[in-house]
Amino acid sequence: MTDSKTGYASRPPHPLAEPPESFPYAPSREDPTLAAIAKTHDLWIDGEWRKPRRGRFPTLNPATGEELSRIALAGPADVDRAVRAARRALPAWADLPGVERARRLFAVARILQERSREFAVLETLDNGKPIRESRDVDVPLAAAHFFYYAGWADKLEYALPGGRKPEPRGVCGQIIPWNFPLLMAAWKLAPALACGNTVVLKPAETSSLSALRLVEVLEQAGIPKGVVNVVTGPGEVGAALVRHEGLDKLAFTGSTEVGKTIQAALAGRPVSLTLELGGKGAHIIFEDAPLSQAVEGIVQGIFFNQGQVCCAGSRLFVQEGILDEVMDRLRSRLATLRLGDPLDKNTDLGAIHSLPQWEKIRSYLEIGKEEGAELWQAPAEIPSRGWWCPPSLFSNVTPSMRIAREEIFGPVLAILGFRTPEEALAKANDSLYGLSAGIWTDKGSKIFEMARGLRAGVVWANCYNRFDPASPFGGYKESGFGREGGLHGLLPYLRT
Amino acid sequence: MSATRASKNVAPPSLEEEVFPPFPGRGVDQVGLEERAASLRTRSWKRETKTAALERAISMTDLTTLEGADTPERVRRLCRRALGPAPGLPLPPVAAVCVYPALVETAVATLQGSPVAVASVASGFPSGQLPLRIRLSDTRAAVEAGADEIDVVISRNAFLRGDLSRVEDEVAAFKEAAGGAQLKVILETGELGTFDRIARAAWIACRAGADFIKTSTGKVRINATPATALCMLEIARDFERETGRAVGVKVAGGIRTARDAIHYLAILHETLGPGALTNRRFRFGASSLLDDLCRQWRKQKTGRYQAPEDIPSD
Repeated sequence: MTDSKTGYASRPPHPLAEPPESFPYAPSREDPTLAAIAKTHDLWIDGEWRKPRRGRFPTLNPATGEELSRIALAGPADVDRAVRAARRALPAWADLPGVERARRLFAVARILQERSREFAVLETLDNGKPIRESRDVDVPLAAAHFFYYAGWADKLEYALPGGRKPEPRGVCGQIIPWNFPLLMAAWKLAPALACGNTVVLKPAETSSLSALRLVEVLEQAGIPKGVVNVVTGPGEVGAALVRHEGLDKLAFTGSTEVGKTIQAALAGRPVSLTLELGGKGAHIIFEDAPLSQAVEGIVQGIFFNQGQVCCAGSRLFVQEGILDEVMDRLRSRLATLRLGDPLDKNTDLGAIHSLPQWEKIRSYLEIGKEEGAELWQAPAEIPSRGWWCPPSLFSNVTPSMRIAREEIFGPVLAILGFRTPEEALAKANDSLYGLSAGIWTDKGSKIFEMARGLRAGVVWANCYNRFDPASPFGGYKESGFGREGGLHGLLPYLRT
Repeated sequence: MSATRASKNVAPPSLEEEVFPPFPGRGVDQVGLEERAASLRTRSWKRETKTAALERAISMTDLTTLEGADTPERVRRLCRRALGPAPGLPLPPVAAVCVYPALVETAVATLQGSPVAVASVASGFPSGQLPLRIRLSDTRAAVEAGADEIDVVISRNAFLRGDLSRVEDEVAAFKEAAGGAQLKVILETGELGTFDRIARAAWIACRAGADFIKTSTGKVRINATPATALCMLEIARDFERETGRAVGVKVAGGIRTARDAIHYLAILHETLGPGALTNRRFRFGASSLLDDLCRQWRKQKTGRYQAPEDIPSD
C-alpha cells in the first residue's frame, strides 16, 4: 500500500484507515402492541363469537415461551354446529352472482393489505417467524391469493372445458398447519369461497390467532354469516370435523402421518379429498451454476421459516467438482445469518415454533450424528428463553440415512454429492416424497431435462421457495394429491 | 476445482482457461443478484452506529471533480472541503480528491502533508479510445505530477469484442506505469451490458494487478447500482479467497444520498465483513454525496436538519 516514490509514505495515516472490529446493526423492533391481542378467544360459528363449553387452552409466543392468549377448545357439538351453519349458508352464497362474490373477495385482499403491519406482527408473535418474512412474504402472498381467486369468481364457466357453469362442492372442511397460519388459511379459503363453497376452518392449535383475526376482515368485507366458520383446538377437533357426516369436501395440509389417517377415515364416503403433506425437497447444484446466487438459494431453500416448510430444500445435492467450494461458501454465508428476536427487522432466523417441534429437530440432530454424518452449526447466540436452533449442516451423508430420507421440518440440511445429471435425478427421486425440487445451472436445456425427470410437484430453477397464486402447488407420492393455486386450484372446489 | 485452487503451488490457469465459459462458479444470475442487493436496503444502523456509518462513508469518499470547466481555484476549494467536510464539525477527512491530470499539481500542493490522497484519472479517461502509448504516457504524467492513486479505464472495445488478453495486458501495463501509485481500474459497467461480463471484467482486472476495481466513469447513462456493487464485491471476495490478495471496490456515479451510501455499506458489510469497512477496501466516487452525509450526520447529533445554505458548497 505504501511506496517511497509517492506521496503516500509521507502522508499521515487517515484517522479511519483501520477497520472497526465489528459494526453491529441497531435493533429495529416492530411494536408488539400493533397486534393488540385479546386475552381470550372464542369460536366463530354462524357469524357469531361463541363461548366454548369445554374451556380454553393457552397459545404461546415461541420466542419467549410466554402466553399470548387463551384459545377456545371446540367440542364435537361445536364442530356440528359449525358444519350445520355452513350448510345453511351454502345456497345463498352459491347462488350469489360470481361478480358479487368477487367484490367481497377483492375487499378481503385490500383490507389485508391495509392491515398488513398488524397481521405481520400478529403472525410473528404467534408463530416465531422473523418479521421480515411475515411482512414480505406471508401477508402480501395471502392478500395476493384473495386477489387472484377473486378474479376467477365471475369467470368459472370459462375456467373449464365445456362452457357450462360449474357447481360448488358444498360444505368444505379445511385443516391447516402452523408453519404459515395466515397464508395457509388464504390458500384454502380464497378458491373455496370464489367457487361458492362454504367452509369450516380448523387452524393448528398452536397458531390460531391470525385465522381468528382474519374473521374480522371477512366480516368487514361483507362475507355473509355462516360462510366461514372457525373451530379451534388440537387434533381431536380436526378428527371430529373429518368424521362429520355433513361434509362434501375435505382439504388438509400437514404431516403425511395425519394425512394417511384422514384418507382412511374418509374411505367409502362421498367426500372429495385433497392432501398437501410432507416433503424432502431435492436441491441440485450443478458445477456451472452461478455459485453466489446458488448459495443464497440454498439458504432461502432450507432456512426460510427456520426450515419449517413442507417444500424446504432439505436435501442438497452438489456436483462433486464444486462440493468443497459450496460447503466453504455456505459456511461463511451462514456465519452472517442473524438469529434472534423475530420482531427485529434485522433478524434472519426466528424461533422454532413449539417445544415438540424443537424436540423433534434435536432428536434428528442426534440421529444424524449417530448415523455417522458430520454436523456443523453456525455460531449463534441462543436466547435464554424460547425454542431455537442454529443453522445446521450435515455432510458425509449417504442416501440411506434417516436424515436424508425423513422430513425434519427444521433448519437442518443434509448435503450429498453427485457426479452426473442421471445420478442426481436418481438420487433426487429416491424418496417417499415428491413435493418440490430445485435446480441450479447456467444451461436452460439442462433445466428442462432435469425438470422432466424429477418426480416433484414443484421444480424451481435458479431460485427456491418462490410462490405465486397463479402457479399450482402440490405433490407426488406421499406428499399428497390435488393442487392449490392457479386454475388447478379451482378444480377441487367445483363439481365438474 | 477448489482443491487445485487452494494449493498455491499449482501454476495458475491461463486467462482463457479461466474466464471463458463456463467460468466455473462465477457466472451471475441477475434475478438472484438484484434481489439480494435490494434486500440489504432494510438493514438498520441507527443513532450511534448510524453516526459511525456516516463517518465511515465520509472517510471512504473520493471527492471528485471531472469537468472541462475545472479551475485550479475550484480544485483548491475542493481540497479544503476534503480536509474538513463541514467547518466546525468534528468530521473525518475524505479519502481522496479526484481530478484530471492537469490539476494534480494544484491538489498535491494543497493536500501536502495531509491524510487525504490525490487521485487522478488517466488512460484516455473516460472513453479509453486512444492509442495505448498515449494512455500510458498520461498515466505516467499523472504519477510524476504527484498523484497517489490513478483511476484508469479498460478498453471496452477490446473487452466486448472478446479480446480479453489485450484487456489484461493493458491493465498490467497501467499497473507498471502507475509505479507505486494505487491503481483503480474502471470497468464502465454501464457499457458492459450483463452481470456475467461485469464479473468477468472484474476478475481480469484483479488478475492483472488492480488495487481497486471501480464501476464507472460517471460519464455514461448507467452508473453504479447496488447489484453491480454486490457483483464486484463478490468477485473481490472470491479473488482474495483464491489468491490471498485483497482488492478494493469503488462505486461511482449517481450516488447522492446518505441512505444510498448506507445501503452500499450494508452490502459491503454482508459480503466482505466488518474488516472491509475502511477506505483501503471501499470508496465512493462522488461530489454531492458529501453534502448529504454531513447533513444527516448533523441531524443525528442535533436532532434537526440544517438549512441547505449552511453547508458550504465547493
